[in-house]
Amino acid sequence: MARKKRDTGEINAGSMADIAFLLLIFFLVTTTMDIDKGIQVLLPPWTPDQEQLDVKLKDKNVLEILVNKNDQLLVEGELTDVDELKKLVMQHIDNNGRDPDFSDSPDDAVVSLQNDKSTSYNRYIEVYDRVRAGYNQLREDFSQTNYRVSYEQADTNQQRTARSTYPMRLSEAEPTDFGEKEENQ
Amino acid sequence: MSRFKKDNSRATPGISTASLPDIVFMLLFFFMVSTVMREQELKVQMKYPKATELKKLENRSLVSTIYVGPPAKNLEGTFGTAPRVQLNDVVANDVKEVRQFINDERAGKPENKQNKMTTSLKVHQDVKMGTVTEVKQELRKVGALKVNYSAVPNVSAMRDK
Repeated sequence: MARKKRDTGEINAGSMADIAFLLLIFFLVTTTMDIDKGIQVLLPPWTPDQEQLDVKLKDKNVLEILVNKNDQLLVEGELTDVDELKKLVMQHIDNNGRDPDFSDSPDDAVVSLQNDKSTSYNRYIEVYDRVRAGYNQLREDFSQTNYRVSYEQADTNQQRTARSTYPMRLSEAEPTDFGEKEENQ
Repeated sequence: MSRFKKDNSRATPGISTASLPDIVFMLLFFFMVSTVMREQELKVQMKYPKATELKKLENRSLVSTIYVGPPAKNLEGTFGTAPRVQLNDVVANDVKEVRQFINDERAGKPENKQNKMTTSLKVHQDVKMGTVTEVKQELRKVGALKVNYSAVPNVSAMRDK
């Protein structure tokens, strides 16, 4: 009783696309492109009893930025719009003693930031971002004029020179507590 | 007497779909490789602030994430509406738990990489700075000084630049 010899038929691969599509749609739907970008900062180390080093800075070397509970900005005592902040920061740092209201040199320039406890995080990030943008712009300009490349493309040494020419000195003061108190009353 | 005969009898051949699976597989692999599955379930609402000076977080294995935001809508009954801190999968009762969380995270990493650890602060944009400052103080106390404030690119501002 010999069996009839049969040709093994080819496997139909026509439905492969359907299966692959199914998987593809599954991945498209279930995965979320998680954002992992942000503003990189280095916090100052904690000092046990919060003893403040009493460093006397010349008033002109400090650009004072205050944000109140209504998210309004006070820069050097003047009500300012966030959009002007970057320009002001750049003007302050790169002053080199020209304007008596701003810093003596980029090395001396300090940006001081103080917010209220009721300031929104959104505004805080906005202000921080603008200050950072000012510094980055100055470094970018420095790199462009001296090396004729953008800061991103400059080599490590050049980047270090640009960074040390415009060192980021941003001091964050303890937040004020005006907003909270008013809410409690 | 034309040299080329018109061949009206031939029908247009069907388009071969044999390479379709290949194309789809290619797309499939792209999505499988490029997407990251979210490890944690979000228990707080999240809306990121916008910024321009962004840096990419590197070394995902050395990043510990702290979420701060108002509790999710379905959890408002248990946690109320005030902003809360989420560590791993639990909503913390107290900001001080951040210290324990960071120490735990540290313990799980090799010693030579512990100083490269970054804390990713994912904070809802409407949270008040009082809460954020408390978290920052805790981080400073425990010596986790490298912090990344998560934000989304501000597309319109970048274009103006």
